[in-house]
Amino acid sequence: MARPKLPRKSTNIDMTAMCDVAFLLLSFFILATKFKPAEAVPIQTPTSVQKVKVPEKDVVLVSIAADGKVFLSVSEQERREALVNELNTRRSLGLSATEVQLAASTPFFGTPFSQLKSSLAIPKEKYTGITLPGIPAKDSTNNELYDWMNAVVTVYKGEKMNLMLKGDMNSKFPTFKNVIAAFKRTDLLKFQMITNPEGVPEDSELFRVGQKTGQ
Amino acid sequence: MAEMDTSSGGGHKKGPGVKKSKKLSTRVDLTPMVDLGFLLITFFIFTTTMSQPTAMKLNLPKDTNDEKEQNEAKESGALTILLGKDNHVFYYEGKLSPDGSNFKSASFSGENNIRDVIINKKKDVMSRHQHTNSCGEIWAKNNGDQTSCRDKDFVVVIKPSDESTYKNALDILDEMAINVVKRYALVDISEGEAQLVKISDQSAPQK
Repeated sequence: MARPKLPRKSTNIDMTAMCDVAFLLLSFFILATKFKPAEAVPIQTPTSVQKVKVPEKDVVLVSIAADGKVFLSVSEQERREALVNELNTRRSLGLSATEVQLAASTPFFGTPFSQLKSSLAIPKEKYTGITLPGIPAKDSTNNELYDWMNAVVTVYKGEKMNLMLKGDMNSKFPTFKNVIAAFKRTDLLKFQMITNPEGVPEDSELFRVGQKTGQ
Repeated sequence: MAEMDTSSGGGHKKGPGVKKSKKLSTRVDLTPMVDLGFLLITFFIFTTTMSQPTAMKLNLPKDTNDEKEQNEAKESGALTILLGKDNHVFYYEGKLSPDGSNFKSASFSGENNIRDVIINKKKDVMSRHQHTNSCGEIWAKNNGDQTSCRDKDFVVVIKPSDESTYKNALDILDEMAINVVKRYALVDISEGEAQLVKISDQSAPQK
């Protein structure tokens, strides 16, 4: 029997198109990524069922690291400057105009007042939450966070401010309590805690309420 | 596509002595490049956190010594939750009895869940509710819904001990949101309760 001759086909596939697609996707992902702003220390936030998005403007953020160190960051440069100026006069830190500028350019504050001046000499790559001692907020007698918050209130007087608290999962509760105490003493009674989103359990009341209201 | 036309321009003949140069294929194998592209894509997808953080709002009560301003909680509608070391949760209903007999232990997940405790207590309080004069205000706020005042006596008091973590506190606050508890308070733990939690922490099973 004569077998029909099968045409020999090349197994070479032109990869150019696939290559194009791959790099197109790659460039899309790179361009679409928004980079996280500088953080004092890596903080693992707990989860919650809340759906409110974190605001990005006029943020005053108090961070609690896992080891209980407290840091403060303010999103706007002008506010930071005003804040340092305010504290400079209030606590007579003895900073010169250039030093105030320098202090305002740091991404976050995390030293006791006594070390603020010397901390400005720390090179940028070493100015992290691991090397800095944090703002003392341990006990009520030496709660320097209270002074910071007081100055924040003055700086933001009459204007909108988003007070946020970002705590690490493993930080101990007393630190949180001391931070709240500082907020309370400065009459900052409303604040938001940053969490990671989590699904609402299906048999819970919140779930049913959400279904009823169509959210 | 991935090759170039290397044939010399249409029909141009070379002289008889000129050797025909060997034609080199310009076909490039793009497979490794595709591999690389997809590898990078996978890397970027895995390293980016897609989830935007969310915020939990918390309103603090103003510290006041004025008794008139202080909220009163009915004993029958109160549930006190205490947080201990290593994610331990304890609770008692109403007032803590002097011998500590109503001091019970719960957990954040699995059996004996604190969520069930909250749900059961809420149901219990709601079933015992009787309308009083003050219910009218709540109805007005909820468009005359006469069932909206049923949980008004239900108060959860959260007392985290010094050994508990920030996560524990937030988990409990989250439970308040999950179970729609409208009245809850974060209160400092008292000396006696702290002792009780400490003792129970040691006897509670380690996780």
